[in-house]
Amino acid sequence: MADHNIPDNLRYTEDHEWIKVDGDSATIGITDFAQSELGDIVFVEIETEGETIEGGEVFGTIEAVKTVSDLFMPTGATVDQFNEKLEEDPSLVNNDPYGAGWMIKVSLTDAAALEGATLSAAQYAELVG
Amino acid sequence: MKSTALTQTHINLGAKMVPFAGYNMPVQYTGVNDEHHCVRAGVGVFDVSHMGEFILRGEHALDLIQRVSSNDATKLFDGKAQYSYLPNGKGGIVDDLLIYRIEENAYMLVVNASNIEKDWDWISQHNDKGVEMLNISDQTSLLAVQGPHATEALKSLTDIDLEGMGYYTFQKGTFAGKENVLVSATGYTGAGGFEVYFDNEHATDIWEAIFEAGQEYGIQPIGLAARDTLRLEMGFCLYGNDIDDTTSPLEAGLGWVTKFTKDFIDRPFLEQQKADGVTQRLTGFQMVGRGIPRQGYNILDAENNVIGRVTSGTQSPSLGYAVGLGYLNKAFTTPGTEIFISIRNKSVAAAVTKPPFYKS
Repeated sequence: MADHNIPDNLRYTEDHEWIKVDGDSATIGITDFAQSELGDIVFVEIETEGETIEGGEVFGTIEAVKTVSDLFMPTGATVDQFNEKLEEDPSLVNNDPYGAGWMIKVSLTDAAALEGATLSAAQYAELVG
Repeated sequence: MKSTALTQTHINLGAKMVPFAGYNMPVQYTGVNDEHHCVRAGVGVFDVSHMGEFILRGEHALDLIQRVSSNDATKLFDGKAQYSYLPNGKGGIVDDLLIYRIEENAYMLVVNASNIEKDWDWISQHNDKGVEMLNISDQTSLLAVQGPHATEALKSLTDIDLEGMGYYTFQKGTFAGKENVLVSATGYTGAGGFEVYFDNEHATDIWEAIFEAGQEYGIQPIGLAARDTLRLEMGFCLYGNDIDDTTSPLEAGLGWVTKFTKDFIDRPFLEQQKADGVTQRLTGFQMVGRGIPRQGYNILDAENNVIGRVTSGTQSPSLGYAVGLGYLNKAFTTPGTEIFISIRNKSVAAAVTKPPFYKS
């Protein structure tokens, strides 16, 4: 199997989301491994904009041709924004999972809790390795 | 887990491998959409060597086949194949299959990988007149070469007249320099093409010869994911999803291969069921709202009453919207009827559509 891209500067969940923290804000998407497992993505459905969601709870779903998967919030946060470009071109998630394929921007409920709730790049690499 | 003779070839090509019916099989190479379009517009190759093959030989072979299968095998002639199913004695389906007449008193049955043992036991149990039965599944490779350019891609490899080969006919001959290869004008994609059966020892050579011959036509290897989207666009049944031991063949729309002109297992039951009329039917539908139907989802009417269940569904790569099959209360099966699919507690609109969904 091909090696998957796992950037060092991100945190990860066991459910294959990545989270990029910037102070009390963060950007969330799914990992290169996740998009490759899902295959061609048909649409991303996120109807939780404005909602505050607990860590481990579902913030959306992702439909690929062959399967459907829930998207899990890495740690408690409020959904501020959904990547509207995914409405038009969901293949951005396949082609650029850490860049143009980002899914939501959030405000963290407790930024200090993030590290304990998520995995480092090395830990995540071990999980999918 | 079992391998086909080409499992290592798929791994070397970078395919994503998954366990399927006990075999380590390629589910995709470049991506399901790309592979799907390759078969619809060009030509692609599926390793479907996991499928099972039985040889039935002897003067009572036809009689045994007539009793265990639903279609009328007396209509077969040498070099002709037919689609059929094995009724299970309880109104359900043991398996669906292809029956090939190799010659008088010699037939090949091609069955689903997941049912090889079950089918073998079932047919053996009814073999009371000493029909010689051979299970050649483990030594037989099967490549499906499918798509509008399949004939051009393969014709340099064989003296068999591929262009003149009628749908559901076959010939044995020399293929890619190997003898005793069976080439059949059949498939599971609706894209046209051939299925090629041969001994495992020739697998690598034949695979390579096909890719060399097909190179100028853009030939690609195709995984099981695209096999499923292709068959679903045609509305073809998949055993384990749309039909199984608990589903009625008449409800599944297999009346056309159920021939009451002969005697077979479950005939009285099915004749009665036909006379009484069925209450639900396996029905095609396309999504109107955004959503992808998946196996097990409920089908609802406008008042949220459950009127059926989804057995297969996918985004259609050719059509750009989702399609599915499901058992639906007969009152709702008229094409155009508005139905709803319950997707994660939302009712998403869909319309009853008569397959094939994709029309070339």
